[in-house]
Amino acid sequence: MNPVNYLYLAALLFAIGATGVLIRRNMIVVFMCIELMLNACNLAFVAFSRLHGNLDGQIIAFFTMVVAAAEVVVGLAIIVSLFRSRHSASVDDASLMKL
Amino acid sequence: MEKLIALLVAAPLLGAAVLLCGGRLLDRVGHWLGTLLAAASFAVAVVLFTDMLGKDAEDRSLHQHLFRWIPVEGFQADVAFQLDQLSMTFVLLITSVGTLIHLYSVGYMEHDERRRRFFGYLNLFLAAMLLLVLADNYLLLYVGWEGVGLASYLLIGFWQHKPSAATAAKKAFLVNRVGDMGLSIAIMLMFTTFGTFAFGPVLGAAEETGEGKLTAIGLMLLLAACGKSAQVPLQSWLGDAMEGPTPVSALIHAATMVTAGVYLIVRSGEIFNAAPDAQLAVTVVGAVTLLFGAIVGCAKDDIKKALAGSTMSQIGYMILAAGLGPIGYVFAIMHLVTHGFFKAGLFLGAGSVMHGMNDEVDMRKYGGLRKYMPVTFVTFGLGYLAIIGFPGLSGFFSKDKIIEAAFAKGGAEGWILGSVALLGAAITAYYMTRVMLLTFFGEERWRHRATASPEEPGAEPAAETRGGPGGHAEPHPHESPASMTIPMVLLAVGSVFAGGFFSIGDRFVHWLEPVTHHDHGDSPLSAATVTGATVVVLVVGVTLAWFQYGRRPVPVVAPRGSLLTRAARRDLLQDDFNHVVLVRGGEHLTRSLVYVDHTLVDGVVNGTAASVGGLSGRLRKLQNGYARSYAVSMFGGVAVLIAATLLMRAV
Repeated sequence: MNPVNYLYLAALLFAIGATGVLIRRNMIVVFMCIELMLNACNLAFVAFSRLHGNLDGQIIAFFTMVVAAAEVVVGLAIIVSLFRSRHSASVDDASLMKL
Repeated sequence: MEKLIALLVAAPLLGAAVLLCGGRLLDRVGHWLGTLLAAASFAVAVVLFTDMLGKDAEDRSLHQHLFRWIPVEGFQADVAFQLDQLSMTFVLLITSVGTLIHLYSVGYMEHDERRRRFFGYLNLFLAAMLLLVLADNYLLLYVGWEGVGLASYLLIGFWQHKPSAATAAKKAFLVNRVGDMGLSIAIMLMFTTFGTFAFGPVLGAAEETGEGKLTAIGLMLLLAACGKSAQVPLQSWLGDAMEGPTPVSALIHAATMVTAGVYLIVRSGEIFNAAPDAQLAVTVVGAVTLLFGAIVGCAKDDIKKALAGSTMSQIGYMILAAGLGPIGYVFAIMHLVTHGFFKAGLFLGAGSVMHGMNDEVDMRKYGGLRKYMPVTFVTFGLGYLAIIGFPGLSGFFSKDKIIEAAFAKGGAEGWILGSVALLGAAITAYYMTRVMLLTFFGEERWRHRATASPEEPGAEPAAETRGGPGGHAEPHPHESPASMTIPMVLLAVGSVFAGGFFSIGDRFVHWLEPVTHHDHGDSPLSAATVTGATVVVLVVGVTLAWFQYGRRPVPVVAPRGSLLTRAARRDLLQDDFNHVVLVRGGEHLTRSLVYVDHTLVDGVVNGTAASVGGLSGRLRKLQNGYARSYAVSMFGGVAVLIAATLLMRAV
């Protein structure tokens, strides 16, 4: 099977994720969409690794997973504390950072 | 001998420093200390003079180099003195008249509690004036020039509690600054043209320099002379300067400082000789001022202001003579010296009259004073005869020579200048006779009307017992103390004999010739004709004045007078002219500049601020706090970046 198809898949997943980040309001969903984008990237890295015949892409994919895991920890903690204080999981409610 | 030159300046400078910094301890002796130091300077001048007389005419110039003042590579300013015949003449005049006036002031300022300070200022003036005439370069001359301006300012405003005196001082200072600007520009022009401003190199190189530059320098020097010597158009300060104490008017505003302009022009003779246009401007200024001052002098009822008009007019004669070139330089200086004597004498006489008349200055309230002030009358009278050019007295010789030189200029120019000078002589005779008649002859207008007894001889004791109905005390005219009369007598001697003494065998001409050079010119009229004409106009002027003021009683309140009289009382509208043209013009200029500032400059600044503010107000709306909108801009940015990258790659 041609590895380029994996790239198409990765682009599709990334687009879905990006669209989700932009249009969904639920923080949890937005968060999951971000994970989706990260994993789309991982897929692209691995596909490129395969295409170029070296391991650089694989290594970066591992790094991305580590960063994603850390991000989940911090992000979920923020979401939980926001939900506790506002009883809402909508990203638009947390709009205090404006003049 | 050269070592003594600095002493001339140092003595009065020391006096000024000690008197001004010395404090009240010196109040008792301050005036004598000041007089002594002025006299010391005079003594040094006499020593130098006798030494100079012992040498040949060509070797008389002395130089003294004191120190380098501003040594920069191409710009060498030295403090160095040059004493030649021209400077010597001035030094003798300044120190002798200065000493006499110091002596006079001892009496005149006796009741002034700030007498010590007054003498300090007088000494400061002497030092600055001597520096001016002794300097061997224009920059040092400028120091003296500013110094006398400062001293003049301080002394005009000496009675600064009078607002009129304070204003007059400011006016004199400001008008002088215009002239000073001319001198500083002239010095700058000299430096760019010649690379130096010492007299020797500048005047030596004047012949080989382009006429245009020399004309520019000459006109700037003329502007300077106009300011300091109260010539049209910068004459307006001199009349108001009479607010100062009378000795100041005599020393600074008649005998010495106001003649600095003449010195400057004569000293820069080589520049003017090579720039005929500038020279013509000098003669025109002289001729105009000579008539201007004379007309003003005719209308003033204030004795000092009448004399001030006369001073302006006489300096006009000097400037006119200085503008004639080598035929006139010597006579300009000769008239300057004789004028120094008789005008100082006249002013001191006026001061003595005021001293005896409760400081009344209105001549219409004088009259018949000759009985009460015999010494003042005689000395003033001799000064009067000298200034109108009565044959045999000082003014006769010097003024006659100037008129002759004006005719000798040749051509239509010579005829015009000569006639103006003759007309001026007639007006001089008129206004001086007027002053004389109003002050010393006629009825005693200072008595109060109700008790007036014009023909009562020896009425002085009786006058004291009579109380006037007008409320304020009637003046008791009396002769001034000896410290005041002695200088007047000495100056009267000078006004009588100086001219004749200078003219014996043309000795003054020979004395100055090595410095200023002399040229006889060829007059279309013989010397005898000119002298005859001078005497005729003199008689005409005196007779006219006698018909007007001697035969008829003089009204105490000035009549309205003709248009010309009224204009002349207002100094021929010079202040009005200055007000309309300069003050109003300046106001309009500032107003329009303020308008431009408010609209254009402030408009740009405020507009920038407003547009930045408005723009940022709109940009702020982008920061709405919604995380998703930030995400959109991030995605959009990334998309743009990627598109750009791809595009660049495709190209």
